Amino acid sequence: MNILNDNDLIVIDGVSHTFNTNSGNLPVLDRLSLSVPENGFSAIVGPSGCGKSTVTRLVAGLLKPDEGSVWLQGEEVTSPRSTVGMAFQNPVLLEWRSIIKNVLLPLEIVPNDLSASDRESRANDLLKLVGLSGFEDKRPSELSGGMRQRASLCRALVHRPEVLILDEPFGALDAFTREDLWLTMHRLREEEPFTGVLITHDLREAIFLADQVIVLSGRPATVQYIQSMPQQGPRSLDQLYKPEANEMLNILREQIRIARKGEEPAA
Amino acid sequence: MRQVFVPILAMIIFLLFWEGLVWVNDWPNYKMASPSDLWPAFWRFKGLFLTFGWETLWRTVVGLLIAIAVGVLFGMVMGFSKVMREGLYPLLVGFNAIPKATVVPIVALMFVGQHDLNTVLIAFMISFFPIAVSVSIGLSTLEPEYRDILRSLGASQLTIFWKIALPKTLPEFFGALKVAVTLAFIGTNLMEIVSPHGRGLGALFDSGKTNADYPLMFAVLIALAVLGIALYYVVVVLEKIFAGWAERSTD
Repeated sequence: MNILNDNDLIVIDGVSHTFNTNSGNLPVLDRLSLSVPENGFSAIVGPSGCGKSTVTRLVAGLLKPDEGSVWLQGEEVTSPRSTVGMAFQNPVLLEWRSIIKNVLLPLEIVPNDLSASDRESRANDLLKLVGLSGFEDKRPSELSGGMRQRASLCRALVHRPEVLILDEPFGALDAFTREDLWLTMHRLREEEPFTGVLITHDLREAIFLADQVIVLSGRPATVQYIQSMPQQGPRSLDQLYKPEANEMLNILREQIRIARKGEEPAA
Repeated sequence: MRQVFVPILAMIIFLLFWEGLVWVNDWPNYKMASPSDLWPAFWRFKGLFLTFGWETLWRTVVGLLIAIAVGVLFGMVMGFSKVMREGLYPLLVGFNAIPKATVVPIVALMFVGQHDLNTVLIAFMISFFPIAVSVSIGLSTLEPEYRDILRSLGASQLTIFWKIALPKTLPEFFGALKVAVTLAFIGTNLMEIVSPHGRGLGALFDSGKTNADYPLMFAVLIALAVLGIALYYVVVVLEKIFAGWAERSTD
């Protein structure tokens, strides 16, 4: 199964990684290889604690792999680079800043030649796109969980990153809010070109948002299964409740079951 | 309106209760002075109250400022480095556990005659601990996602501290500062009372004791309380300005 393609924007090549914990060494990744094409959107699913978040930290350059290499646009990742945007389950907005000031944060750090008014109109455009017009000057504490997560997405995208890393961004939201945000994600993808990596526990979310779903095995994780979606790009929620979608969910669920079995110690 | 009226009313009720308590029990002055005895004491020594009150106030404030500087420094070192935290914590806890009343004579002997220095030193020593602890806890409990958001953009440690760690720690810092203000007053007065030929409200208290002027002693206590309240509310105002965002509206 050769899934590596040198033209892909994100390439993870034979990465192994081990954490040193108090209770000994904990291997989390074992010769993991995967790639995401430019403007593609891949969802990574797998049993809890299998090292999914480690993958995102590797791509962001926050962590160096023990073995193997990570490449963005043909360049090896050795340190954090400003061409990455991140959003987590916890929106981690800065409570002392207004929403628009939160969104502007990356532009204060990433070198750019935008004027103050350009920055603000950029932030305003994004806020409008996610439906937060009129909330620019509110404090994060005045917003609901879904709205905070929308603001967090704007912050992740404001500096036009090539790669958007989403680490279970909708995990803490209620079902209806989550579906709203899925649609927002598709709208963002249409307007903003980026290559996405989504970590999720929600298989429905994975097949609705992604172009390909990558199932990781149990720890130490490696790629166990890859499912390409028949439809790329935007889609409607109705499709999620059709028999084809259910069939795909069943396949993925079965794969997760296999992954979890591999995790259990042999009897 | 209510915010001014309620505290004043509470204070009046307290004074009436105090006056009544002394009157009902028919306590003599040397057992407990009543509020009505205090005015003459204030009036008789009004010059001393002003100069000594100022003396006590500036020493406390200087001690507090040093405590803030040293406390924040220790807090930062312990907040950012686990090794330093493990090394320094027991030392600080041990230092804080020593009753400062026992340190007072040591310091007084160490710097004989340096009354200002002694007093500021004790005010500082007694009040820097809560500041150091709060800053270190604030920094070490910073959620890793905050750090990751900035680090993934290539921000330096200094930028992370300036943009996130520092502002996020401010509410804890001000909480500790409120405790430190009161502690610093205790420190100042410990030294002022113990030092011979001292100045400041503590010395005035001591001379009241020597001269068996009980109303004067109680008047000093009230003056200290007033100074303490004033300084406390200065901190509250600063907190509102710099960390007002942490306050949730209750409406």
